[in-house]
Amino acid sequence: MTYRGTRLSLALGIMLASSTSSFALTEISWWHAMTGANNEVVETLSKEFNESQSDYKVVPVFKGTYPETLNAGIAAFRAKQAPDIMQVFDAGTGVMMGAQGAIKPVADILSMGGTKFDKSLYLPGIVSYYSKPDGTMLSFPYNSSSPILYYNKDIFKKAGLDENNPPKTWPEVWEAAKKIKTSGAANCGFTSTWLTWIHTENFAAWNDLSFGSNENGIAGTDVELKINSPIFVKHFQELADLAKDGTFRYGGRTSEAKQLFISGECGIFTESSGGLGDVIKSGMNYGTGQLPYEPEAKGAPQNTIPGGASLWVFAGKSDEQYKGVAAFFNFLSKTEIQARLHQVSGYLPVTLAAYEETKKSGFYDKNPAREIPIKQMMGKAPTENSKGVRLVNLPQVRDIENEEYENMLAGKQTAQQALDNAVKRGNAAIKQAIGQ
Amino acid sequence: MASSTRVTFPNKLLPYLLLAPQLAITAIFFYWPASQAIYQSVLREDPFGLSTQFVGLDNFRRVISDPNYVNSLQVTVIFSVATALIAMALALLLAVMADKVIRGKGIYRTLLIWPYAVAPAIAGMLWLFLFNPSMGTLAYLVRSAGYNWDPLLNGDQAMVLVVSAAAWKQISYNFLFFVAGLQSIPKSLIEAAAIDGAGETKRFWTIIFPLLAPTTFFLLVVNTVYAFFDTFGIIHAVTGGGPGKATETLVYKVYNDGFVNLILGDSAAQSVILMIIVIGLTAIQFRYVERKVHYG
Repeated sequence: MTYRGTRLSLALGIMLASSTSSFALTEISWWHAMTGANNEVVETLSKEFNESQSDYKVVPVFKGTYPETLNAGIAAFRAKQAPDIMQVFDAGTGVMMGAQGAIKPVADILSMGGTKFDKSLYLPGIVSYYSKPDGTMLSFPYNSSSPILYYNKDIFKKAGLDENNPPKTWPEVWEAAKKIKTSGAANCGFTSTWLTWIHTENFAAWNDLSFGSNENGIAGTDVELKINSPIFVKHFQELADLAKDGTFRYGGRTSEAKQLFISGECGIFTESSGGLGDVIKSGMNYGTGQLPYEPEAKGAPQNTIPGGASLWVFAGKSDEQYKGVAAFFNFLSKTEIQARLHQVSGYLPVTLAAYEETKKSGFYDKNPAREIPIKQMMGKAPTENSKGVRLVNLPQVRDIENEEYENMLAGKQTAQQALDNAVKRGNAAIKQAIGQ
Repeated sequence: MASSTRVTFPNKLLPYLLLAPQLAITAIFFYWPASQAIYQSVLREDPFGLSTQFVGLDNFRRVISDPNYVNSLQVTVIFSVATALIAMALALLLAVMADKVIRGKGIYRTLLIWPYAVAPAIAGMLWLFLFNPSMGTLAYLVRSAGYNWDPLLNGDQAMVLVVSAAAWKQISYNFLFFVAGLQSIPKSLIEAAAIDGAGETKRFWTIIFPLLAPTTFFLLVVNTVYAFFDTFGIIHAVTGGGPGKATETLVYKVYNDGFVNLILGDSAAQSVILMIIVIGLTAIQFRYVERKVHYG
């Protein structure tokens, strides 16, 4: 009996102690989807933030892949157990924005932390992607990337191409790819990851073409897709034609094609700037260039749009927690943190100051590939076609596109049919998702 | 009366108490989620549950009239029949062969049972590593032999790939039952037939195969259920339902619509339909199979 008594009092004591300490320390939960080296970055940042002050404690929790993290967050919100901060991938942006009342705009939170939120400090191309039409920034860009061109210099040499002059337009890419194939320098000329994100969404933005009505969904959720307009059809028909003899090879719906490039199977490759790490690690003799554009499009090249993920904050938390989130985001925006994140991880810097700092340090002279996506996104002020693509069900629409593209590349339908089907099915899915 | 031999509890409460854990598990892990699925299937809701609307049977109507649903039903039937047939035919062949082995019988049997211990997702990854056109070792050999192996774009090849992976994993299970079934066949029957001059093939088709029928029928049900519901991990790892919708089975579509596309109502309606299918299959099994199978 006495033994039990001491245990009970001990437990009570621990409870008291932990509750008093939580008065001083507000915990901020952060659900994320980062693995490997990127997970270490998350842990390090949280640790550094926690050590830098004594009011808040950020607790990062790994929740699986991007879609799994989004699902976990949604389920937690439904059970009224939502985390404070959640990392959501680019395609989930529209899902989050459609959830009015579930989220709190980051712009509001950043001004709660005592500091005034100045949007002009942030990279415009990234900020506009994560903003409402009126310009309110909704989520905090954490890891952003943009598609660029990679090529294998050894294969270029073998094929008699200029290894220091990567193709700049799609017709140039097709020419080079054919030359690689016919000369036997490699089995395949060109491959690409993400036909949806790179060849549809970014193809539209980079060539200043409309992806869908209502500014691609940024101005309103009711979107009619426009991806069956002639230039899209031309582009995809060219891909389909090149696929027939294997000059273009399809690798899969997401990043699988990276393997085809790294193994030397294909000579030219379009992929996220975030894929650079794996290319470097493979030890191959690679070169990089801007994402190719379509010379027939007026205004091309315009600007590319970001992919990656951003941090969202759930609604219904206490002011104290929001202040903690604000302090953490301000910490993440610090120039030295951003510059380091950018140089170490390959994510784009979020602030202009971090970009300038990195430029001054001479980092880009040694690593030119790191600057390409920034230049692509900063070159011109975004138009209504190039702020980004936002659909409440973008993952679903991407799936529809993928299915149609696969049937096209398998020779079952033409590019016109594939894109017409994608538009028809995509529009129906959007209508259903927005409840019409 | 039969009740005279039945064990009776003096206490009225005790039997319920003893049953309680099992009932609790059934209620929590079956009735509760199942009732949630039924409830969800008559609602239309945004992913966050911010707005909910009762729509009656609208979700069912939409699901059934969706050509993609019909397509995935066809895919499921083709996939299940192919998987069950291949898994059972090969298992039977292996079981008959292993039955003939005299030395090292135990080793053969043990080795043949191994794949059963492999998790579906891992089995999928194994086959993917072998046959993925970008990185697969065997895919490379097939391609360099001049055959255009590309399951990423060719739907039939993708189907062959998932069927092979799913069947490979199930062969061990079937093998176990067939071995047990073979052992229960009286040797005297086979010997008598041999003395009468029946050849090996004849003996197999006229004696062994008919006597294995209960086992075969039991396995047919089990394999169909397996192909329907337990192969999600393989499809998810190998094809993700693609190319196009060539390998999107009913279960995969439930997952895709619910967790990727976030259309909860449609997904719930599909799982209710699946629930009805499972109940049907289980009823068949109980009615016809349980009574006839002899577990060696």
